[in-house]
Amino acid sequence: MLAFLVRRLVITIPTIFFVSVLIFGLQQLLPGNPAVVLAGEEQDPAVIAYITHKYHLDKPLPVRYVLWIGDALHGDLGESIRTRQPVSELVLQKLPVTLELGALAFLIALLIGVPAGIVSAVKSGTAVDYGANLFALWGISTPNFWLGIMLILLISVELHWLPASGYVPPGDDLAQNLKTMIMPAFVLGNAVAAVIMRHTRSAMMQVLGADYVRTARAKGLTERAVVLRHSLRNALIPVITLGALEFGQLLSGAVLTEQIFTIPGFGKLIVDAVFNRDFAVVQGVVLVTATLYIFLNICADVAYFLANPRLRS
Amino acid sequence: MTGARETTSRTRQTGRTTMPRARLFVMAAALTALLAGAAQAKTLRIGLAEDPDLLDPAVARTFVGRIVFASLCDKLFDITPDLKIVPQLAASYQWAPDNKSVTIKLRQGVLFQDGTPLNAEAVKFNIERDLNLKGSNRKSEISAVKGVEVIDDQTVKLDLSSPFSPLLAALTDRAGMMVSPKAAKAEGENFAAHPVCAGPYKFVERVAQDHITVEKFDKYWNKGHIFIDRIEYRTIVDAAVRVANLQAGSLDFMERLQPSDVAAVRNNPNLEVASIPEIGYIGITANIGNGARAASIFGKDPRVRQALSLAIDRKALVQAVYNGEYLPGDQPFSPVSPWFDKNFPVPGPDIAKAKQLLKEAGHSNPTIELMVPTTSDDQQVAQVIQAMAQQAGITIKIKAVEFATSLDREQQGDFEAYQIGWSGRVDPDGNLYTFLACKGNLNYGRYCNPEVDKLLDQARETSDTAARKKLYDEVDAIAQRDLPIIYLYNRKWIYGYTKKLTGFKPYPDGLVRVVDLKLQ
Repeated sequence: MLAFLVRRLVITIPTIFFVSVLIFGLQQLLPGNPAVVLAGEEQDPAVIAYITHKYHLDKPLPVRYVLWIGDALHGDLGESIRTRQPVSELVLQKLPVTLELGALAFLIALLIGVPAGIVSAVKSGTAVDYGANLFALWGISTPNFWLGIMLILLISVELHWLPASGYVPPGDDLAQNLKTMIMPAFVLGNAVAAVIMRHTRSAMMQVLGADYVRTARAKGLTERAVVLRHSLRNALIPVITLGALEFGQLLSGAVLTEQIFTIPGFGKLIVDAVFNRDFAVVQGVVLVTATLYIFLNICADVAYFLANPRLRS
Repeated sequence: MTGARETTSRTRQTGRTTMPRARLFVMAAALTALLAGAAQAKTLRIGLAEDPDLLDPAVARTFVGRIVFASLCDKLFDITPDLKIVPQLAASYQWAPDNKSVTIKLRQGVLFQDGTPLNAEAVKFNIERDLNLKGSNRKSEISAVKGVEVIDDQTVKLDLSSPFSPLLAALTDRAGMMVSPKAAKAEGENFAAHPVCAGPYKFVERVAQDHITVEKFDKYWNKGHIFIDRIEYRTIVDAAVRVANLQAGSLDFMERLQPSDVAAVRNNPNLEVASIPEIGYIGITANIGNGARAASIFGKDPRVRQALSLAIDRKALVQAVYNGEYLPGDQPFSPVSPWFDKNFPVPGPDIAKAKQLLKEAGHSNPTIELMVPTTSDDQQVAQVIQAMAQQAGITIKIKAVEFATSLDREQQGDFEAYQIGWSGRVDPDGNLYTFLACKGNLNYGRYCNPEVDKLLDQARETSDTAARKKLYDEVDAIAQRDLPIIYLYNRKWIYGYTKKLTGFKPYPDGLVRVVDLKLQ
């Protein structure tokens, strides 16, 4: 297990390096001179020259990459050209917000997806099963931004049940924080719920057809005990793996949802940065996200390893 | 406290309720009420369409930044809704007879938000900072200033290298915003993170891409007219989301209400709509002399440009795309602007004349490539123009390009026609010189007419409004013939806000001024 972990961690380094080169290079493909975008409406040549020089935009690409990666390795991800805020500060400010949103979305996804999957598997072929599958289809097909704005119109504008925006950190006012996070978490989570539901259903159906389950039933155990105590644990193994990967998906899906619900998270940060040609921010955010995703992958492998006794021996 | 304890123990012993205990209770109740009242401090929540950039007037470049500055930083001068210049931090001003210097007397008793006084030295510091700070975006606006003299504690004299009447208008904007020299020197490059100015509100906090909070400055020189305790500027980029927030009560005020949302907000019994024509415009810039692509039919022959202009029914265009909320226009100034040239009212379409002009030009069915930013409004406008142009025999090929990229292409001359707007400047020079003068910084169409240059330069040298109007009308007459820019329409600043907010007055520069605003 330790050897496995060490091996995985070692591979992480070249992967992150590759990602850094990729994101650095891809940004250069973006047309438009960032100094012009950042210089303002008047496009004063003196200001353009100043920005070009200050942010090394006049240096060759490899030189700029080396300068950037050198600083990054010391924890300095540069600063936003637009607001001069250090990128690391922006990341520390915004990442927890997106992580909270992702965690809440994931929780909702589990709370909806797993029970729906179990019920669907146990009552496979019935109206309940079809209903759950329909929900799954709807969840995956509905665009986040549409669902988001519909929810705002209904719940905030018409019913005034929840605020349309106004995020506060959980430390400042937990009640308000949750009130502003519920809707976006649901919007984000419902697509993942659908995927989890489908996977739980098929895993459960596979397990429910196994010999040992037939034995458990023959022993006279209640259906509830058979399903929840004996089958679910085994069915959940692939779902755990999937879950870790889906969490990574949540981080990227948050982009649109954050825009709709005005959540000051990572997704919003990167969208604005791309349009503003704020290179340092885009590079820093993508690097952090990629690292996080790789880490989640490792966690998924470890979780799978721990959950499956067969792998441990 | 010892006394109270003794009193209480005496009470316990005797079993009677004594006066001191009741008094304590009343005091506590009063204190709670007071604190509750203070906790109820009114906050005005304003929704902005973009996140402001650096909150340093010397380097700031966004429009929304100026909205925030309207509460943070007072300026030497301000404008009235009909674009007249009035003193704000200044008390009065006097141009020298040769127009090569202006003496400004400052308002007495003005303090910066850190308690330091606004005096002539501070003004000198600020003007020099605007001119000399690396990366200053204000330098080009006041480049005519060659020196600042401190005459006395409350009087400065700005010496100009040559007469430049648009100077005062520049001082009604960021170039005229006074920051505390003490804070600027102490914070250096980090000033934008904690700006200190002389406006009615002082900076409290900022969360990037989320909100900026400011609170009342109790020593503001005009504090009798400031009634709201706090303002929170919230960035909500998507217009539909912004208006949903207003309707849901999560916002008290929003800027840039979309024309398509106006009816819904008007019909809402809790909300109000206010609007005012802008000082900018939307138009089509022609590539007349920038690189190889200037050799197009559109770029070479003004008759083709005139034909396109005549083919466009501006009133129908604005009706179709903007529910008639914007103003059809044919000049860089809106028809309600004091600088509008009444000799050239906004023309209706004339397809017959357009066809005739094309025939004279020898191109009855020209094709024009129109570069258009990818925003949905701009695309709709382009499509309407395309349909209208077809009636005159002009085929328009729409080339949708992302905004930042389109700016780049314009600079390189990689365009024939470019549909783009300008946010506008208070002084008419700001809407003309940079686009039409041969050396104009934003003249990427490279239109060059020495006659126009002469008139624009002359208009800069006099501060006589009537004389300047005459000169700008002459520029307009030439521009209407040469059509380096086909002006299409002028937008309106449209605001939505709760009926609980009173005292709001829209201004043509689009800024949200906070004086006399009251929130129930």
